[in-house]
Amino acid sequence: MAHEFAIGFLPLVDAALPILAHEHGFAVQEGLSLRLVRDVSWATVLDRLLYGHTHAAHLVAPLAIATTLGRGRPAQPLTVPFVLGLNGNAITLRTDLAARIAPDGALADPRAAGAALKTVVAEELAQGRRLRFAVVHRHSSHNYMLRYWLAACGIRPDVDVEITVVPPPFSADALEAGEVDGICVGEPWNSVAVERGAGRIVLATAQIWRRGVEKVLAMRQSTLEDRRPETEALIRALTMAARHFADPAMARENAAILARPAYLDGRAELIERAITDRLRLSQGAEPVHFPDFMFQYREAANFPWVSQAQWLYTQMVRWEGGAIDMADAQAAGRVFRPDVYRAALLGSGEPLPGASSKVEGSLAQLTSVGAQQGAMTMADNRFFDGRSFDPHDIAGYLASLENNL
Amino acid sequence: MRVAIVDESAARASVIHEGLAGLEDCEVFVITQRRALVARIAELEPDIVLMDLGNPSRDVLEEYFAVSRVLDRPIAMFVDDSDEESIGASIDAGVSAYVVDGFAPHRIRAILDLAVRRFNAFARLQADLADARGKLAERETVDAAKRILMKSRGLSEPDAYAALRKTAMDQGRKIAEIAAAVVTAHGLMGGS
Repeated sequence: MAHEFAIGFLPLVDAALPILAHEHGFAVQEGLSLRLVRDVSWATVLDRLLYGHTHAAHLVAPLAIATTLGRGRPAQPLTVPFVLGLNGNAITLRTDLAARIAPDGALADPRAAGAALKTVVAEELAQGRRLRFAVVHRHSSHNYMLRYWLAACGIRPDVDVEITVVPPPFSADALEAGEVDGICVGEPWNSVAVERGAGRIVLATAQIWRRGVEKVLAMRQSTLEDRRPETEALIRALTMAARHFADPAMARENAAILARPAYLDGRAELIERAITDRLRLSQGAEPVHFPDFMFQYREAANFPWVSQAQWLYTQMVRWEGGAIDMADAQAAGRVFRPDVYRAALLGSGEPLPGASSKVEGSLAQLTSVGAQQGAMTMADNRFFDGRSFDPHDIAGYLASLENNL
Repeated sequence: MRVAIVDESAARASVIHEGLAGLEDCEVFVITQRRALVARIAELEPDIVLMDLGNPSRDVLEEYFAVSRVLDRPIAMFVDDSDEESIGASIDAGVSAYVVDGFAPHRIRAILDLAVRRFNAFARLQADLADARGKLAERETVDAAKRILMKSRGLSEPDAYAALRKTAMDQGRKIAEIAAAVVTAHGLMGGS
């Protein structure tokens, strides 16, 4: 008898791994039967997880940490034994605004576009207007990536511009209706905005942080404890799905599966573009290839680095205010469970890093790193402004960052 | 006390509204439009907001509450000290509740319980309706299959039905399934 795992998700391309683990039989191979539960808001994905409708969920990484720390609602401990992917989001601006800050035909340079945007923001402020940007949730990597870019370019996110929440399916509408000037959202929603002529894709979030943590598989801590063997089986099934997803030969078939009404209910063509790292930046243009736009498998991308969780915590404090609390920083780090990931894949052909925490953004080129199992090389993982995050100096890092002041 | 019900399904919203209207000193407002939701909530200043779990605007509403925490009327997701059981029941029923912080917990409990019962009642109504629709569709399919058999094999109506029933019994399937197969095959063979 297969063990059932109910997994909540939002219709986004990066919900792919649990869906493909189910559709390609990887879950069954591991003795699991997956039931995928589709929702339309992160709030509901989270509620179903917390109140036992689901056993695990596709979740924006910062929300797992915020929930554990009790930010926004009473604290409930969540754990992350597997990262569903890195990056895969983009910033799409209203076409006329895009024309003012970035040349057409290619993704912008984040520094140059940021500097040009700063000028536009100042002009708009002088006219009594503040540009508005939409993100999908305050506790999302979209919010943190957008803010990281703006702040590093000298734009104060809550003072010089306004950042608001718009659900992904409505982001193209909001851009089209002029309710917002830019959106930072996952695929296929940037492409939907482009296809409608509502905006132009200006930056991929992978240009802001080359290896930024994105969605995670989140579980209640009690579920992980009660269902440890099944959870490890799930990690193995998701790893197989990740390998399949990253295989270019499988992209078309996988896009067709994801496009089904029960999953993304969208256009397979747009989904395939995202999977293969190709983006049509403006209406009618030829898609451009941006390698590692989405990053779901290589370099142990699914490994839950403690330092990733702690970086997210620094951004939470950075933008929500309040003093840094080292107990919270440690608790945030403990949400990510590299020990569970290791246990699940020990003895498999998958590489396992030697460390569980690293200096984020420190590698400028392909580097061989210490491994517990297999051989590990990691490529450029820098932030666009050249800063790096050393988890041994959380307070120092936070003090070095710009904020709203 | 002011209660706002946010539901894109006007039918369900009215079922809940009706349920809550009986409560003493309870003013109920229904919002079915997605546009300008936050502005409408700000204007109504409700003590409780009820929203169905399937509403895509939940994250927008929660963001508004998170921001309004710093204003003079902080609103919490549920109430911090309200019991897990009643929150669990509301999630099971498919409704989320947001309450102005510091609002009398026993009153909230009563309203939440009522809303949950209404939500469940609506879900049952929907299920009954879907069931009835399904049965009607099945009957139409069986009728269509009978007509095909009567026409192509010259059977009487009782004989056509008997043929369908015998095939269903032989194959261990439902009559409606056999009828659907007949209709499909007929269509493929170029029948009208």
